[in-house]
Amino acid sequence: MSASPANPPQELPAGSAALLEARKVAKRFGAVEVLKEISLNIASGEFLTLLGESGSGKTTLLRLIAGFDEPSSGEIWMSGERLDLLPPYKRRVNTVFQNYALFPHLSARDNVAYGLRVKNVPANEISGRIGDALRMVKMQDFAGYRPSKLSGGQQQRIALARALVNRPQLLLLDEPLSALDANLRKQMQSELKSLQREIGVTFLFVTHDQEEAMALSDRIALLRDGALEQVASPREIYAHPSTAYTAEFIGQTNLLRGEIRGSMVRCGALRWPLEQADGPVIFSLRPEAIRICPDGGRQTSEAAFRATVRQQFYGGSSELLEVDCGSGQTLRVRIPTRGPLTGEHDFVFSFCDAIRVQE
Amino acid sequence: MYSRAYKSLVSIPPIAWVGVLLLLPYALMFVHSLWAVREGVIVHQWNWENYKTLFTNSLYAKVLFRTMRIAASVTLCSILLGYPLAYYLAFHAGARKELLYQLVIVPLWVSYLVRGYAWKTILGSDGVLNGFLQYLHLTHEPVGFFLYSPFAVVLMLTHIYTPFVFLPIYAALEHIPRPLLEASQDLGAGSVQTFWRVILPLSMPGLLAGATFAFVLSLGDFLAPLLVGGPSGTMIANVVQSLFGAAFDWPLGAAISVGILVITISLLFLGELLEKRWAFK
Repeated sequence: MSASPANPPQELPAGSAALLEARKVAKRFGAVEVLKEISLNIASGEFLTLLGESGSGKTTLLRLIAGFDEPSSGEIWMSGERLDLLPPYKRRVNTVFQNYALFPHLSARDNVAYGLRVKNVPANEISGRIGDALRMVKMQDFAGYRPSKLSGGQQQRIALARALVNRPQLLLLDEPLSALDANLRKQMQSELKSLQREIGVTFLFVTHDQEEAMALSDRIALLRDGALEQVASPREIYAHPSTAYTAEFIGQTNLLRGEIRGSMVRCGALRWPLEQADGPVIFSLRPEAIRICPDGGRQTSEAAFRATVRQQFYGGSSELLEVDCGSGQTLRVRIPTRGPLTGEHDFVFSFCDAIRVQE
Repeated sequence: MYSRAYKSLVSIPPIAWVGVLLLLPYALMFVHSLWAVREGVIVHQWNWENYKTLFTNSLYAKVLFRTMRIAASVTLCSILLGYPLAYYLAFHAGARKELLYQLVIVPLWVSYLVRGYAWKTILGSDGVLNGFLQYLHLTHEPVGFFLYSPFAVVLMLTHIYTPFVFLPIYAALEHIPRPLLEASQDLGAGSVQTFWRVILPLSMPGLLAGATFAFVLSLGDFLAPLLVGGPSGTMIANVVQSLFGAAFDWPLGAAISVGILVITISLLFLGELLEKRWAFK
């Protein structure tokens, strides 16, 4: 029932080499299959997000790459080297933990210094690199503070500095912003993105928040029940979701279930021509792809339907309508703000905005 | 909220408890230490002679020094046994954790005296240990120094106080957030470095609490030396006991008790200070 992986092994952005390569990586905990033979490439310098609901396996994949768990089968390669056979402390990978996991008995400075000290980096080099790392996250004034004396956002910065000071090839971030309040979260998103551009380190970011994933990532890997649902850039995954699940998970959509018969799509009250074989189909039609049609404004490439406005949700610059096309078929329509609406209206959408998706 | 009368009412029992059972006896003890004994009778003659004796008579200094040495040995041995045990239970025991934990706790329910006599049976000239050694032909004669020696006292007290050291260390180790250990590995530390840099510092409050228990309890122990110590294993509490008993010199016994009390309180204070130094909240 779950979607067949319609998308082929994930292509990297043109001209970039794979830094990390997961080959058919699976993880079972007892009888539970948490990851199902995942293959995924991460390009050098890329910001890749693992997106999924809780239990989708995104954190498990991160932990396999960090080395905290071993894959049940499959291989992980990084820079031409087998990664999954190395203990975590020998991997050139560092992690920003969900609740930061700062050492409570060490000052911010000593937390940042930890990785360098355990690797016996000379003392004079350590102090320079710590200074740079603390400046990078704007925490140089808080170097002497214990973590318990720092706010959530400040702890977050120290956790970032502590990981980046080791110059990892790959930085893993496990829902690093989830413990912050909304405003701080937005601010940290922006800082994280510019930091990543600036230092050019490859980021593998885990989140369940699709907006965050869209805003930050070069590519999104959407996980569902331990399998990759789709891997693509935010624009691509939003514009061309390959499955119904993806279409609903990323942004809002109307899923239209119907059939093709005689080169004509029939989904409830909606009808439009399409040269494809007969059979049941599902389309995703984004709310903003539908507009209210002034009299006779329909183009030849557009489908029209008549519907009654049931609900109107004001959203500032735009508003969302719930419209009833008859026989219980409800669609969501996003239109530019235009004042209260009631009664029946004509709506149109382009044929090409209805994206055919797999179950 | 609560009325003033109610507040005073509920504070009576604890104040009475501390006053009657703690402060009053200590006050009596201190007063006694300033009196003297003349021809077998305690006379209420204020003087510092008992404290002078305490500092000038080398016998008391010697026993006190031995007591501290035994207490220190017990503390060290209990930590050496209790810490690895607690570490294993907290991090590696898996499903066996509950069972092992109970096995550590169960001996606490057995009477101190019974365990003392058990050691007598094990260590004596015709005891289990000597019998075993002779059976193996490792020795031909019973080894005498097992029983009635400071060694026997240390052995018995270590056996008794190891659970007291184990418990706070185990609690401290259990409270270390596991992501900290992953963070340490992630930053390049192997398990040895992780132990010295993260686990040991974070378990220090538990370790100090356990060490204080073992040291203070051993310092005032008089049953172990009585049962397995012999003359060479006599500790300061035995001296106090005999001064209050056969020797009938309560004032000197009280003076020594005050001395032990001062040492104990200083140690508890020091332990508290160090624990605060190592607390991170």
